[in-house]
Formats: sequence, C-alpha cells, structure tokens
Amino acid sequence: MAEPMKIRATLQGDVADVRVLMAHPMETGQRKAAGKVVPLHFIQTITAQLNGRTVFSADVSQAISRNPVFAFKVKGAKAGDKIVITWTDNTGEKRTDETTVRAGS
Amino acid sequence: MRHALVLGLAAAVAAAPWLQASAQAPDPTAAEFDKFREVLEQDNPAELFEAKGEELWRARRGPKNASLEQCDLGLGAGVVKGAYARMPRYFADAGRVMDAEARIVHCMMTLQGFSYAELAKQPFSNASRTPDPVSLITYVAAQSRGMKVAAPQDHPKERDAYETGKAIFFYRAGAFDFSCASCHGADDKRIRTQPLPNFTKPAKAIAAVQGWPGYRMTGGVMHSLQWRMNDCFRQQRFPEPAYASETLSALLTYLTVNANGHVYRGPGIKR
Repeated sequence: MAEPMKIRATLQGDVADVRVLMAHPMETGQRKAAGKVVPLHFIQTITAQLNGRTVFSADVSQAISRNPVFAFKVKGAKAGDKIVITWTDNTGEKRTDETTVRAGS
Repeated sequence: MRHALVLGLAAAVAAAPWLQASAQAPDPTAAEFDKFREVLEQDNPAELFEAKGEELWRARRGPKNASLEQCDLGLGAGVVKGAYARMPRYFADAGRVMDAEARIVHCMMTLQGFSYAELAKQPFSNASRTPDPVSLITYVAAQSRGMKVAAPQDHPKERDAYETGKAIFFYRAGAFDFSCASCHGADDKRIRTQPLPNFTKPAKAIAAVQGWPGYRMTGGVMHSLQWRMNDCFRQQRFPEPAYASETLSALLTYLTVNANGHVYRGPGIKR
C-alpha cells in the first residue's frame, strides 16, 4: 500500500506553483541487500490534472531519487481549483492524491 | 596629552566593530551551503515520515492492541505539542531521565507491549526499512516546530544526567584516544568541508539539536538523534551504546540543556 503524497499548490498571480512530495523507494535494480539484488521498483508515469484537465504528464525512470519531489507551474489557475496528482510504478501500483490551490501570501 | 588619549580611545572604538564583524562574518562556503539547505527545506521528505509517524501514533498496534495517544511525553498523557522541545526530562514512572526517542520506546513497550529486543533489533533506518520509532520521533519533533528548546534541570536526576552527559562528552578513550570534545569542543573545527560546531558554547550548542531528526539525502533515509549519537561513537571507535539507553539520554541532556533558549525549527534535511 503506497503512502500518501504531500501536495502544495500556491498561487502567485495567475500561476499556481505546485510542489509534490512522493513516498516511494525508487529502487534502481542496482542495489543489493543481504547479497540479493533489490528488484527494480520505480515510478514510471506522473500526471497532474487541474479541474479534471491534464496539465502535466511525465515518464520518469529509476534515475530519480528516493522519495522524490516534483515541482511545476500551471498558468491560469484560481484559488480553490482542484489539483489531482497520480503516479504509477513499474509494478502497476498506483497512487492518487489531491489538493486545492491556495492563494499565495 | 589629553588630546592623544581621546584619539586613542576613538581608535579603539573604531577598531571594535571591525573586530566583531570579522569574528561574525560567515564563511562564504558555509553561507552557500546554508542557502542550499534553505531551498531543500521547502520540500523536505521528512514530512512524509512525519505523516507516517502521526498515523502510527494514533493506530492501535502491538500485542496490547493500543495506540500511543495515552503516552506521557512529560506534559501529561497524550500531550505532544511542545513536548519534544522540553525533553530529555525525568520520568517518575520509569525512574530515569529519558530523551524523546527513549520515551517513545518506553511507551511502545508499556502501552503497546512491544519488547525491547524487538525494537532494538534494527533501531536505525536503512535503504530498505525505516523503523517505527524513527517515524514516531519525526512526528513528535515536528509538534515542537518554532518552539524554544527548554530541557528542564529541576529534578536532581536531570542535573545528574547533565553532569554524566558532560563527563561522557569529554571522556577520551578508544583506539584513537578520542572524545566527543575532540571534534566538538573547540571553535572553527571542520571535517572535510563540514564545519564542526562547538557544543560547549551556548551560541553553537543548538547545532546539536537543530535539524534532527533529519532526512539524509545520501541514501534517502530518515535518521534520529539516537542514530547520530550511535554513529559518533562508532566513528570514535568506541563500543556502540545500547539503543535508547541512559548513557545516550545523559549525553543528549548535556547537549540539549546547552542549547536551551534557542528556537527549534523542526525536522531537518541533511546532505
């Protein structure tokens, strides 16, 4: 069972600054534990939706660090808009979390 | 004659601010590292462990199927807010001074029925597993974010712990004839590019508390102060102290009391 993400979306003008913290081991398939290779286990796709419309999608590899952080900016966002982030890893595991865009300080 | 004296005084006054500035001017390399750290702190994966720790705190677990919500961290049963900044302290029910992690381990044993052997089997995080007390301590520490460090020294046992901790800090032994003070007992020491703060000075002692528990980017693991102390002893080629032992609580009492009055910024991030 995948752990929840931490998502922050803060408005700066009409641009939402979205920062996502994901809990994932991101195993490279290179590491050994007790003499055995730890199998590849990494996030493959990430998609972000703003009010149901996909605004960001990425194919990523095992080169990304453990517990990765993704940050991106979305134009035309308003306070209260819904941001939904989904990742899928190579074992087929999936996790979706959401947040609402907050007005910046 | 009088004129010369006034001039001399003026020169002394003029020299003083310069001297002060040079003593306080941060090393440019260290300043760059601080900037780097500030950026990292905005997205600290320690938050993930904080969330996990909170979940563990509330979950009914262990042979006794109980949550930790009745755990007394020194401010009354179940009070977590601000407790971390006020530890180590003396706990009458345990009859000893305990640092925050030792207290959490104590609660896991008494409330949830876990055995010490079970918890001490793998006390520190590695790439494959983060032990539960590490997530729990991250959650508890985060509830003291922005608060002043105020480890008490009211009970005689707390003052004893401070003196014992101080003795441990200065105790030289082992293959290298090392003590904690060999690295952390004088100003402006460093190991490679890492500055080594002088924990005997109140102004720098906060460095022993700040940033812990910390997420270490090397390996991507969460570490607590228990690990930091253990690893310092290992590096000194000392026998490693027992997990959550009185020895470590005493040493942490010495370090924390020296840092009293500084503001704790919550779980940190390390290289």
